[in-house]
Amino acid sequence: MDTENKTLQDTENVEQIDGVVIRFVGDSGDGMQLTGTQFTDTSAMFGNDIATFPNYPAEIRAPQGSLYGVSGYQVHIGSVEVSTPGDDLDLLVAMNPAGLKTNIASLKAGHTLIVDLDSFTKKNLEKAFYDANPLTDGSLDNYRVIEVDMTSLTKECLKGLPLDNKSVLRSKNMFSLGMVYWMYNRSMEHTLEFFNKKFKNLPLVAEANTKVLKAGYYYAETLELIPNSFTIAPSKMPKGTYKIVNGNTATAWGFLAASEKSGLELYLGSYPITPATDILHELVKHKHFGVKAFQAEDEIAGICSSIGASFAGDLAITTTSGPGLALKGEALGLAMITELPLVVVNVQRGGPSTGLPTKTEQSDLLQALFGRNGESPVVVVAASTPANCFDMAFEASKLAVEHMTPVVLLTDGYIANGSEPWKVKSVSEMPDINPPLIKEAVENWQPYARDKESLVRTWAVPGTKGLEHRLGGLEKDKTSGNVSYDTDNHEYMTNIRAEKVRRIANYIPELEADFSQEGDLLVVGWGGTFGSLHSAVKEMDTNGYKVGHVHFNYINPMPKNTADIFAKYKNIVVCELNKGQMSYVLRANYPEFTYTQYNKVQGLPFSVGDLTQKFKSLIDNN
Amino acid sequence: MEDTAVQQYTFKDFQSDQEVRWCPGCDDYVILRSMLKALPEMGVKKEDVVFISGIGCSSRFPYYVNSYGMHSIHGRAPAVATGVKLANPNLSVWVITGDGDSMAIGGNHFIHMLRRNIDLNIVLFNNEIYGLTKGQFSPTSILGQKTKSSPYGNTQPPFQPGELAIGAQARFFARIGGGNPKAMTDLFVQAEKFSGASLIEVLQNCVIFNDGCFNHFTDKAVKDDQQMFLEHGKPMIFGKNMDKGLVLNGLKLEVVTIGENGVTQEDILVHDSSEKDPTLHQMLIRSTYPLATGIIRRVEELSFEQREANLTEEVRAKSPFKKVDDLLFSGETYEVK
Repeated sequence: MDTENKTLQDTENVEQIDGVVIRFVGDSGDGMQLTGTQFTDTSAMFGNDIATFPNYPAEIRAPQGSLYGVSGYQVHIGSVEVSTPGDDLDLLVAMNPAGLKTNIASLKAGHTLIVDLDSFTKKNLEKAFYDANPLTDGSLDNYRVIEVDMTSLTKECLKGLPLDNKSVLRSKNMFSLGMVYWMYNRSMEHTLEFFNKKFKNLPLVAEANTKVLKAGYYYAETLELIPNSFTIAPSKMPKGTYKIVNGNTATAWGFLAASEKSGLELYLGSYPITPATDILHELVKHKHFGVKAFQAEDEIAGICSSIGASFAGDLAITTTSGPGLALKGEALGLAMITELPLVVVNVQRGGPSTGLPTKTEQSDLLQALFGRNGESPVVVVAASTPANCFDMAFEASKLAVEHMTPVVLLTDGYIANGSEPWKVKSVSEMPDINPPLIKEAVENWQPYARDKESLVRTWAVPGTKGLEHRLGGLEKDKTSGNVSYDTDNHEYMTNIRAEKVRRIANYIPELEADFSQEGDLLVVGWGGTFGSLHSAVKEMDTNGYKVGHVHFNYINPMPKNTADIFAKYKNIVVCELNKGQMSYVLRANYPEFTYTQYNKVQGLPFSVGDLTQKFKSLIDNN
Repeated sequence: MEDTAVQQYTFKDFQSDQEVRWCPGCDDYVILRSMLKALPEMGVKKEDVVFISGIGCSSRFPYYVNSYGMHSIHGRAPAVATGVKLANPNLSVWVITGDGDSMAIGGNHFIHMLRRNIDLNIVLFNNEIYGLTKGQFSPTSILGQKTKSSPYGNTQPPFQPGELAIGAQARFFARIGGGNPKAMTDLFVQAEKFSGASLIEVLQNCVIFNDGCFNHFTDKAVKDDQQMFLEHGKPMIFGKNMDKGLVLNGLKLEVVTIGENGVTQEDILVHDSSEKDPTLHQMLIRSTYPLATGIIRRVEELSFEQREANLTEEVRAKSPFKKVDDLLFSGETYEVK
């Protein structure tokens, strides 16, 4: 079988490069996500470091050829550390005029554009609101344009196979993938295996995809329009077993690990909502681990059933996105006042209201911190990269269970769908989780008696003889938990619930700055912007600037040394994909510092170029 | 070794140390007493009993039973109870709710709990009014009823809880008047024995805001002539002299008198609570003369948590994954050397 990666290229024409940023764009039904993930997986197995950014419309099959129906997948691969999917493109593959129109601005001048010439029909040009054909009017003169009759070549290649026209057209994305594989000297092996597995019961479809992928590969090889190909050497990553994961999958796996580690069965109460649903999709698969994943009738039932499961002794979680968190607010207050462990995952998206369901944003921070009635502090943590979602889901579970408190875990659409290499962690490597369960009756046990240090109460679950007790949303007596309207007791309980959360600062890691440990500027971020901020500060550092970067995984409570680190820099800039919610929190918590804000709400991640420009201006103007 | 034997409990074992705070004369006291009598009859360990309530007068109930319990938030008791039951199917889980809690704010959870047929026992205290908020009309208040929020009369047609429940595929539905503790105790025991969602509607008099709303059914003087207590396999007969009965006239129920116009006991309909087709059950629920009480519908079907447990066993038997590491290190991994 011809699946080996033979280096077919004339070695004289192979150029060694550090990294490349590629974007595949087409109609939402064109299979761009699949094309992108195949290129990603293949490159990962080759040993490159990787970051990806799928960007797709909220509509499932938007009208063909429309500008708003364009679906894209961007991947950045490198032989050096890769922390973001990249700002500007080295290669754009556009399957239609709409894809070209909405993405050409990102392509670096002088770089390569591959288009399916067959799709540049009068009708499609009109749908993309082109007055003239961009391929002929000179507007693309700054780029190296490779026009390929991809549709007709695909048809030609599959002639003779008993396939309907729709199935034939559906495989043309593989033609483009084949071309790109050749250009970047990648083996087709992984994708060919993928076809055989995925279409095990549809051998004809497997054959068609195989044929078209190879056709694209050999077409690129023989095409003189492509002057050279590139290689990107494997990146120097720590030894070990790796896997490409996206944030949602990593989140689900983090919970599985926490469940096994804690000895508690995992319960998920959830309602479908973009972009969080993939966590539900992943966890429902794992009944073999005893996972109880319950698709409820609405967001409220999702969280309430989790509260019930928590009361009954499970590791209980609920997953949602912004609007869902709003609906869960009252129930979150119930979990807070009853002091039951619960993890709420909010995969943030553009808001307010329905907002931008498939786009990323960090605008639910204040909702997570304050979006409930009454004095109702909960722990808030955030994951910073796709792989970090595993660690933070585990950590959120550990904090919830060990401190008998709800924990909100914030991720976002960008890291939830984006993927990167993850050095697989064994559950045995993870820290212990010790739930404060009380399994046998002891004399004078009281539901709300607390540990002196952590202020955590014990967890007695139904079925435990002699520990029958009642909880509820009404204020409760400070020891028995019985309903109490006593005014002093209410104040005491309000204070102690807050103090319990505050003391969690004693159990979380301290903040660490990357790059300059003191200097002109401290870049502050939290959550999913880690990659962009890290890349930008790294670039500044390489250029000799005295810039540090701190990234918050723990937002309530904050690490104890936060002020000590802030004090070491002349200026602080807080970068967020919202209008300044973390700045607001920092101003309240550490009013002794002055904060500059850098905010963006375009439903997109930060661009590294924009960041470095901003940072330079902040330093140069001081 | 785990102690599996269930000790013989008494009324007092299930009584909590909390002072009961309902209004004097409220039917809620009757329901509580009936429950405390029923619990020792169920053969369930005290520590395995869980009461979950929402918000409203009825929802204070868990505080008064010495078992596990949670007074949750308005309308959401079915969802909380669902989580408890799925987490530990061995528990006997009760939902305590009212007509506002279950028919208005919690209507969605109410219908889905019944549709799924999860093994919960639900006691619906229907007093056709909002009591705790001091007298607004509820989804079961009758048209024209004057309340604090409908001073000129209620213009919202009411739900009939049983009708809604069966529309939502309830497999077990019973109804009972608040002044009938003995029958109520028995219904609670029956509900516990039924595997699936069992709903008991109690027509509960609110002495403060809707006093006497069920008098035309429940007054001692009229009770026997206005109510018909249904028993599976027995003819639908009622009346002080047990001489009235129900027959089908075309597509309608009709009250006849045995011994008049040649009607004999053989002509009277026999109650079949296990009939899958709910048509007759719905007609009985809608009937205002007589008011049907007792177990109107009881259809055995696999419960939700049993389906889940069976599926889990099936998946577990076939799965190559025993530990989470098996999953994490499976699939498309690659080595960096």
